[in-house]
Amino acid sequence: MTDISLDTLTTSAARPRRDIGIKKRYAAERRFRLYGVLAIAVGLAFLGVMLTSIISKGYTAFWQTTVTLAINFDEKVIDPSNKRATDPNVLITANYPKLAEAALIEKLGIDPNDKAEVRKLKGFLSDSSRVQLRAIVAADPSVIGTTRNVDILAAANMDSAFKGQIDLEVPESRRKVSDQQVEWMNKLKAEGVMAEHFNTGLFSYGASSRPETSGVGVALIGSFYMMVIVLLLALPIGVAASIYLEEFAKKSRFTDLIEVNINNLAAVPSIVFGLLGLAVFINFLGLPRSASFVGGLVLTLMTLPTIIIATRAALAAVPPSIRSAALGLGASKMQMVFQHILPLAAPGILTGTIIGLARALGETAPLLLIGMVAFVADYPKTPFDPATALPVQIYMWANEAERAFVERMSGAIIILLIFLMAMNIVAIVLRRRFERRW
Amino acid sequence: MNIMTEKSLDDAVNAEMNARSNEIIKMRGDKVTVHYGDKQALFGVDLDVRQNQVTALIGPSGCGKSTFLRCLNRMNDTIDSASVGGKITLDNEDIYDPKIDVVELRARVGMVFQKPNPFPKSIYENVAYGPRIHGLAKNKAELDIIVEKSLQKAALWNEAKDRLNEPGTGLSGGQQQRLCIARAIAVSPEVILMDEPCSALDPIATAKVEELIDELRENYTIVIVTHSMQQAARVSQRTAMFHLGYLVEEGATDKMFTNPDDKRTQDYITGRFG
Repeated sequence: MTDISLDTLTTSAARPRRDIGIKKRYAAERRFRLYGVLAIAVGLAFLGVMLTSIISKGYTAFWQTTVTLAINFDEKVIDPSNKRATDPNVLITANYPKLAEAALIEKLGIDPNDKAEVRKLKGFLSDSSRVQLRAIVAADPSVIGTTRNVDILAAANMDSAFKGQIDLEVPESRRKVSDQQVEWMNKLKAEGVMAEHFNTGLFSYGASSRPETSGVGVALIGSFYMMVIVLLLALPIGVAASIYLEEFAKKSRFTDLIEVNINNLAAVPSIVFGLLGLAVFINFLGLPRSASFVGGLVLTLMTLPTIIIATRAALAAVPPSIRSAALGLGASKMQMVFQHILPLAAPGILTGTIIGLARALGETAPLLLIGMVAFVADYPKTPFDPATALPVQIYMWANEAERAFVERMSGAIIILLIFLMAMNIVAIVLRRRFERRW
Repeated sequence: MNIMTEKSLDDAVNAEMNARSNEIIKMRGDKVTVHYGDKQALFGVDLDVRQNQVTALIGPSGCGKSTFLRCLNRMNDTIDSASVGGKITLDNEDIYDPKIDVVELRARVGMVFQKPNPFPKSIYENVAYGPRIHGLAKNKAELDIIVEKSLQKAALWNEAKDRLNEPGTGLSGGQQQRLCIARAIAVSPEVILMDEPCSALDPIATAKVEELIDELRENYTIVIVTHSMQQAARVSQRTAMFHLGYLVEEGATDKMFTNPDDKRTQDYITGRFG
């Protein structure tokens, strides 16, 4: 009996397989994955090409060639008629480049009376020696009559030649540096007198017609002012508007209209905001041109929709159970919003704000229209003084022909990218750290 | 002998008082209707909530029992499209009267929700929040006492006393729900509304919360929405059966579960629909 029952327990026979298209489905999935990988690869390749190009062109901007010369602050050159005690203009208008030239002539062992040779020295040192040496004398007039070692900036073309950016195979007549200058350069280099140093000037100088003395100093200050203004205006206005729309306003056609328009505003080209700023802030309200204050206002208008959208999303993401809990305990709507919803939405709001700020930092077009594309050599002391901004500085340098300006443009792009990346990293870190899971 | 009789007399009086207090109507719904936009969710519900009793609201999903519950502390106000008609009174005062402040009402009629929803703050802060916004404690020491008492009443003190500063969201589901009950108690409400408080809990946590509800009855009036017939039978003294927005039948729980007047109640309780 038992045997029989055991015999009946045979395993079921394999049924003929139905064709349910398994192979096709997997093939489709593999194809889709491949497309995804390809898309990412293309994106990364473009990013790589862009970064390589910018960095390879721009990293040299962070170095600057100088020539260390023993400058003899010769009284005969600075103050030939000895009137400096009575006439302060003497020290200001003195022919300082001559001091630098004399020191270079001595260093190279050229006969100072050989006019032809001396003429070839033109364009070797930067004319900025005038400002540099004048500052030394102004700070300490007793230096006159003594000799001191000073790092004089090389002229932009010599700087380029020193960095190996000028092709010496090109016939002499068609390049910016002569064979003689290259020979002197190599001599000074061998002696260790001519060398590259970290280019602090790139960060401190303002606009200049000479590449070697131009930098992003003014642009950094202008951008900083604008970021502060955008943060101070756009964050409170944007958060207040979002809280009202999301938590207090009754849903109606009117609020729907506002919502649609905010989304539209976020998509309005930034140059339109620039025109608006020009019309309203400068022409109508009479605010100063080229001022970072006006730039900040325009960028605030541009950033507001971004912040409002991000804040509303962050507020809406707070679960309704928290709202019910607070209201159920007898919290007023205001207490619910400020004691529960807002703290929970804060990371999202901060992230949105930082991303909005980053966008504003990289914005150029509206600033062109309000006159922030200007030759500003002096630091703006207040947000109402003329200033430029980082991206505008890049735009201006991009218009210059000289090789050294191209290098600086790439350098400024690197600086801007570093700022943007830093801001985005802060946004990501904030989101990671304060994000709550429900 | 004399003393004994006096004592038994006292007992009798107390019992009489208790019996009478059980008959006090704490909240009364009079022809309550609720519309969500064009859709009507409640049709003229007349229901009394008696003091120091547990009233269970039962009925199939979508029958309007939660809607009715949310009318009792005006939580429906937070839904833009909801409009409430009829009259609801608390201690004979119309709670939808414009003179009644909704914040004050919710301090008197507390609520515990279906899903435990502690604030993402410490256990202490969760319980202290209500008393703090209503100014119920003059200083930190008083607040500490309120927090301790509330947690004790919610049978959570022993588990939570050493971790008051840890986040409330770190507790288990059952503990979280008891924390929410403690949070509601801390405001010293007169009525506590519970919207399926055990539906997200396991049987052991459910038993604890049910036990707690029975104890709380001594001091509070409780209205509970539940999907569990057994739970309604275990914890409530009175039961109201809702169906499709109408109140089908209301009565003492014992009677409702043994000898209901309406066939729909009979069918629902025996599991024939719902």
